[in-house]
Amino acid sequence: MASFLARRLGAMLLTMLCLTLIVFYLVNLEPNLRKLAISQTEMHASDQQLESWLVKNGYRRPFLERYAAWVGIWPKQPNIDPVTGVATPRFSFCDEAKTPEFSGVLQGDLGCSTKFKVRVVDKLGPAVKATSILMFWVLVVMIPTALAIGIVAGMREGSRTDRILSIVSIVTTSTPEYVSGVVLTIVFAGWLGWLSGSAAAATEGHMTFYNFALPVATVAILGMGYVARMTRASMIEVMNAQYIRTARLKGLSFRAVVLKHALRNALIAPFTVIMLLFPWLLTGVVIVEVMFRYQGFGQALVDAAGNNDIDLLLACSLVSVILVLVTQLISDIGYAWLNPRIRVH
Amino acid sequence: MQFLSPAEIVLRVLVQLIPVWASLALVLGLGLVFRKRLGLLGHVVGSGVGFAGLFLVGFWLFAAIFARQIELFDPLGQIAELQFASPGAIDPHSGLPYLFGGDKLARDVFGRVIAGARIVLIIAPLATLLALSAGIMLGLPAGYFGGRIDALLSFLTNLVLAFPIIVLFYLLVSPGILDTPIPYALAAVFFAFPVVLLSVLFIAGYRARPAALALRLGLTLVAGAWLFATFVFNADPFRLIQVSPSTLNIFVAVALASGPGIFRIVRGLTLDIKMREYVFAAQTRGESPWYVMLWEILPNARGPLIVDVCLRIGYTTILLGALGYFGLGMPPESPNWGTMINESSRFMRIYVHPALPPALALMSFVLGLNLLADAIREQSLRD
Repeated sequence: MASFLARRLGAMLLTMLCLTLIVFYLVNLEPNLRKLAISQTEMHASDQQLESWLVKNGYRRPFLERYAAWVGIWPKQPNIDPVTGVATPRFSFCDEAKTPEFSGVLQGDLGCSTKFKVRVVDKLGPAVKATSILMFWVLVVMIPTALAIGIVAGMREGSRTDRILSIVSIVTTSTPEYVSGVVLTIVFAGWLGWLSGSAAAATEGHMTFYNFALPVATVAILGMGYVARMTRASMIEVMNAQYIRTARLKGLSFRAVVLKHALRNALIAPFTVIMLLFPWLLTGVVIVEVMFRYQGFGQALVDAAGNNDIDLLLACSLVSVILVLVTQLISDIGYAWLNPRIRVH
Repeated sequence: MQFLSPAEIVLRVLVQLIPVWASLALVLGLGLVFRKRLGLLGHVVGSGVGFAGLFLVGFWLFAAIFARQIELFDPLGQIAELQFASPGAIDPHSGLPYLFGGDKLARDVFGRVIAGARIVLIIAPLATLLALSAGIMLGLPAGYFGGRIDALLSFLTNLVLAFPIIVLFYLLVSPGILDTPIPYALAAVFFAFPVVLLSVLFIAGYRARPAALALRLGLTLVAGAWLFATFVFNADPFRLIQVSPSTLNIFVAVALASGPGIFRIVRGLTLDIKMREYVFAAQTRGESPWYVMLWEILPNARGPLIVDVCLRIGYTTILLGALGYFGLGMPPESPNWGTMINESSRFMRIYVHPALPPALALMSFVLGLNLLADAIREQSLRD
């Protein structure tokens, strides 16, 4: 188990290194740097002014050196004012070191957000917290509903209940969040007027059912059908197993068979599915946050990407890559732990 | 301004869609009549779920084919009086109705939804085919040889899978990147896969018959050259198809996002099938590894692959919608469903009619593909 974990962690670190390097390369492409320089200097800056801004702020240093400095394995150079020769921070909102020192991701310094004019940590912290709250409620709504639908449908394969529930789940898997969000808003916010179509107030701590139900429902619907279908398939497989037939023939009631014998084994597959669903939900969260104006991680990501806010975008990518890799790991370990027939070596 | 009554709107929509109904009736009717002789496809048509799936997919397929005949107005044309016009509003100049009303820029929602089908039905299947040939070309050797090749290819695909799709899209489909060689290089790689796949397929299969091999190889290379000229360099020698750099970029991004999933499936299927007797028989005959992979393993993996391709075209459609929703890649006036949903969702509280048609269109197309995949899976398990 220990060597399995060590190997997995090694692969994860390598993946993170490669991916951040790719992102770092892409955000530092010439057109993107130009875009950043244009947005950071005054209107109608000449090419020369743009170039001097890029040089002044260290964007023209060697690529690998800057990447290494971002990771924290190479000292970050202070920004020396060419006129006075004094070390001045690049951005007034972000106190950077006056002497060369190691200050990168490994040291907990994610850099400065050029778009929001704050330190990336100060922007990303609250954003991730807001998104975690959203995700928490999504999971609270989604998992029990999906499992219930899947179990009830798979309990009696081919019954009328099974067919209806299967249609419901296939429809929800076919509905991307930008479609369900629009339809739900039209029905519940527009026609019925029961719920609010904007979750902007929810970010400021005024979270109510009224303003938070629609975003949660939209993301939950996205994953629900998929988990329900997996649960159903797993439940059908278990219900056709020999030991279930034995339990039935012993004279146990259908209810007892389902609750005591089938359920536990049928829930192994959905567990891994739910874990692997996280990256998929992440995309959904981004769209939903934009759609309902919820100031979370997704909104930060979109703003960062739209304005080529290099440090913020890198930090966002890092967070999402970590989320993907950690959920994959949990899914593998959890699968082995829940299923006694599988042992990791 | 004059309006059609709701009943008249429904009637008019049905009339406009007559080419679609006729083709659907023809295809599905023939399918039902000859279902005994069509094998798996016949079973799919005969089952309720499969029929519904084929109906929805066929509907959008024919809508895309006959888009020019169905739409009443140019999907980009604006008629100022009809801004946010309610469904059924009649254009005073031509006397023709805006069946689903007008949008923010006073364009015909009905015509735009139909035109949107064209965009989706060209890009989604083609991008999926690109991803499929890449997945096959890399998944087969990874599963068959195992070892280093497998470790390397699996690491690379896991890398792409760990990339949050939305970040990938923002980085890869930004306008700035078109000034760099990256999209063209990626496109060259992706468009090379089908050509290489077919070439290897024929070389491995027709080694004993040089004449047949030369013919097939020649055709493949000519088609490949046209593919490269048209898509990668946007210089179709026949001037039939225009592929702008931003469309190419979408192709590449979508293929890159769905390729790794296909790779995993092909690899898993190969691992399973390479232990079968007929594979051992071919190996004992002394067949080359590529012959075994492409002529023994691949045909026997087709069932799950067809199901996956159906699902993946739906997934690609969702990705395209997301790209359009974020305004990435497609021109802002383009009538693609994602952009239409995004535009109209800002005015959703006041005007519902521009938002619903593209949303339902996208959903019904993906639903049709999912139902079709379900039916194929069910029917192929039955045999």
